[in-house]
Amino acid sequence: MGGINELKGAYIRSALNEGKRLDSREVFEMREIKVESDILSNAEGSARVKLGDTDVIAGLKVVVEEPHSDTPKEGNLVVSAELLQMASADFESGPPSPAAIELARVVDRGIRAGNCVNLERLFIEDGKVYSLYVDIYVLDYDGNLFDACTVAAMSALMNARLPKYANGELDRKDRNTQLEIQNVVTSTTFGKFGDNIVLDMNADEEQAADARITITTDGKTVRAMQKGLKGHFTIDEVERLIGISIKKNADISSRMGK
Amino acid sequence: MASKINKPKLMHNGKRLDGRMPDELRKIRIEAGVLKNANGSAYLEWGKNRIIAAIYGPRDVVPKHFADPNAAIIKCRYSMAPFSSLEEHGRAGQNRRAIEISKVIKEVFENAVILEEFPNSEIDIFLEVLQSDGSTRAACINAAAVALASAGIPMKDMVYGVSVGKVDGEICVDVDMIEDNYSEADMPMAISHRDNRILLLQMDGEMDSSEIRKGFDMAVAAGEKIKSLQREALLQMYKGV
Repeated sequence: MGGINELKGAYIRSALNEGKRLDSREVFEMREIKVESDILSNAEGSARVKLGDTDVIAGLKVVVEEPHSDTPKEGNLVVSAELLQMASADFESGPPSPAAIELARVVDRGIRAGNCVNLERLFIEDGKVYSLYVDIYVLDYDGNLFDACTVAAMSALMNARLPKYANGELDRKDRNTQLEIQNVVTSTTFGKFGDNIVLDMNADEEQAADARITITTDGKTVRAMQKGLKGHFTIDEVERLIGISIKKNADISSRMGK
Repeated sequence: MASKINKPKLMHNGKRLDGRMPDELRKIRIEAGVLKNANGSAYLEWGKNRIIAAIYGPRDVVPKHFADPNAAIIKCRYSMAPFSSLEEHGRAGQNRRAIEISKVIKEVFENAVILEEFPNSEIDIFLEVLQSDGSTRAACINAAAVALASAGIPMKDMVYGVSVGKVDGEICVDVDMIEDNYSEADMPMAISHRDNRILLLQMDGEMDSSEIRKGFDMAVAAGEKIKSLQREALLQMYKGV
């Protein structure tokens, strides 16, 4: 295993020195994003996203609960992600790995910091608010889960319907109200190999990368960033990638809700 | 980046709640070599933050199958003591936040330490936050770097940690707890001493490109002070012998 990965990694790196990727993409070209929205009828919102061969599904459930004490007039939004064992021979059973926790928290931070959903509209009455739980399941892994999961969570929020709450009960069959989407965030994750940087790494590229950075934007400003792996970025590189990330927002958002 | 309710005014006449200017660090004190058993250690006071860092290793890898025959591996455990915050009693042990922070700090030192010198070994970095007052991960990185150096572990370069935030619309360095609670954005970083390489970068909130540039510049400027305090702590350790 290790030996083959090393050889593959060396090949990926040497091709990149000539500006080439093994799947013949440009360095800042994303794989095709396909979104199928509202595919599950029991969930209050859902989306399945394919980014190349990476395949994830997001489901949204709504519950009524007490608000947090520091936000008594706002509903809650929690995004989490899980690496299913079926998605890769390398994913193990047991408690979530640090990498899985990082994925879930980075996607969650991007959507929250993006102020994507008007949470004040989720207020029902004193002591009662709607909470939105978005769970993302990774079904098939071919790299760049960060960006695929952000598209999936965002798409599920965009087609979600709030069930009616009356007389102390939630009627899940009666759901018509859409969420108020204030901002559409997208993330772009870049990998660095020596001095070469690419967008949207596949699984082979991910195992060979020195460093990784995820930048989440709303198309105008930066909402979240996360650098990963042991390599480094320079300040100038980060600035340049922020520019690219902001530009990609429109194209990626246009795939959502389809 | 949290609640808007009861948000205090954080800037008064260009100064922050604790009287600091936007580019001003809190008071920092670092002491190296504070524990007897650990191979290296450091104690750090940063504002009201109180951090203790300990290094064990290089030593045999446990469990053995994690060993890398070509290089040392780094393990890092960041954890906040149950009594560390002004709020309620915290849960002991590592929550999801602590696991993520441990991971990104580990990656900083995988870069800095010359791992190839110690095949089949592990180097443990233990970070205990005894009292927290915002920017604890930056504080921990500073303590860990000094502790690693005090253990005599060879590094390509030293590292410092620092955070910037957007506080009442103003970019400020070294955000404290109250600023962090109500700020518009927060950006912790780890940067190498010699060539300003970004080894840790996280951000959430809202900043535009020019604000982020300003944040980087402020972090690097404040870094001069942090770097000299780290060096001074290591020198003091040997003077005391």
